[in-house]
Amino acid sequence: MKKNFRSDKHLGQDILVTAKGWYVFLSFIIALTLNLLPLQGNALVIRPDFVALTLLFWCVNQPQRVGMSIAFCVGLMMDVGNASILGQHALAYCVILYFALIFRRRLGIFSLVQQAPQIGLILLIMQILLVLIALLSDSSFPGWHYFLASVTGICLWVPISYLLSLPLKPRSDPSGYETNR
Amino acid sequence: METTPQFFRHGPGPLARLLFFALLSCMLMAEDTRFKYFPELRPAIAVIIYPLQRLSHLPAQMHDQMKLFFASFHPSQENDLLRQRYLADREQLLRLHALEAENKQLRNLLGAVKQIETKTAAKAVMAEILYTPRDPFSHKSTLNKGQQHNIQAGQIVVDDKGVIGQITRVYPWVSEVTLITDKDHSIPIQVIRNSLRSVISGSGKNNELELRYLAINTDIQENDLLVTSGVGGVYPPGIPVATVLSIDRNPEAMFAHIISTPIAGVDRNRQVLILSLLSPLPNNPAETSEIEPKNN
Repeated sequence: MKKNFRSDKHLGQDILVTAKGWYVFLSFIIALTLNLLPLQGNALVIRPDFVALTLLFWCVNQPQRVGMSIAFCVGLMMDVGNASILGQHALAYCVILYFALIFRRRLGIFSLVQQAPQIGLILLIMQILLVLIALLSDSSFPGWHYFLASVTGICLWVPISYLLSLPLKPRSDPSGYETNR
Repeated sequence: METTPQFFRHGPGPLARLLFFALLSCMLMAEDTRFKYFPELRPAIAVIIYPLQRLSHLPAQMHDQMKLFFASFHPSQENDLLRQRYLADREQLLRLHALEAENKQLRNLLGAVKQIETKTAAKAVMAEILYTPRDPFSHKSTLNKGQQHNIQAGQIVVDDKGVIGQITRVYPWVSEVTLITDKDHSIPIQVIRNSLRSVISGSGKNNELELRYLAINTDIQENDLLVTSGVGGVYPPGIPVATVLSIDRNPEAMFAHIISTPIAGVDRNRQVLILSLLSPLPNNPAETSEIEPKNN
């Protein structure tokens, strides 16, 4: 059974149990809390966007669980917490969700480590979008170190998606669940 | 059999949904920056995320509690230190009283107009910074005091060294302070050395303020201390704001390029003080007489 599980791992997400609604909800609560941590200085610069990472995880692994409406609502919450323009993060999260939906089947082929750079690319697109919106509203360019958050996002993709998928690993016989799809 | 429910479950394709939400968020952005039709939307969302903000503040609170716990082992030492500082401050305060009396007398002698009495001593509220935003464009912080604590928009936030900013949005339990480094924030200031008055603005970068529109030959030097001038009636006079860091007098430009650094720990401190509002200035009679006939 263990062997079967291993070989399936590279084929992607089909072995994961469908997440319960409360678990998705909890993951977003934790991600938002992490995003709202009162950090200062360098920690603030390299802090990745946990909400974006969580969104991407759900989109890549179980796209039926998160729709764009959820991304939009979470984005609005980030905007109010950030005191930025209302709708800025909402737009960014919807866009990364769209890209993740397009690349979903491709990403499923790769292992977690191979997924990381591609996730980083999506995060970079999000940050570029945020910078563009800010520049349009007369802010100055924040400097290149702003994009470091994407790099830490790449580094954290593997541990975060591993942790999030832990409770979704089937404990009993995995063949009893949706193998004939 | 399977395809029909699938179609209903999925609804429109991803691109259509993206376009819909992109349009929605663009409309929201325009609404937020220009029209401001729904001012209630932001406070409503703020109430939803308030528990999350409290939750994310817990580690910092625990750290403070631990510090307090360890500090309680040497109360006598701390007491001595505080008493020493109290005496030193007391001495300065006495001197200030003497100076104030002297100032008043001199003004009387000169026949100068009496300074407008301001009620700054009413009530100041201690607050803590709950959250500083992650993106470097918005120089705003969230404080843990709001409408429930009688905070009003326009109040000044200071720390133990100088001005931090001004409260711009008030929610039920939290409030938003626009830091002095924000691009849209300006303070009327005065140079201590020669009482030159000007207006200082944020530059949108961390730890940087700009003195715009000062001519090249203006008498200003590096390390000059800039304090609030009290012009405009929003900021009480005499609170330190910044020191001049560098002056670039390019003869080709119209104005000198003057960069200064804020004195207060704008992005470092956690404990801040919210000053009470100054008494509102009397209305300009010329303006009211203009408006009244329109109403009739």
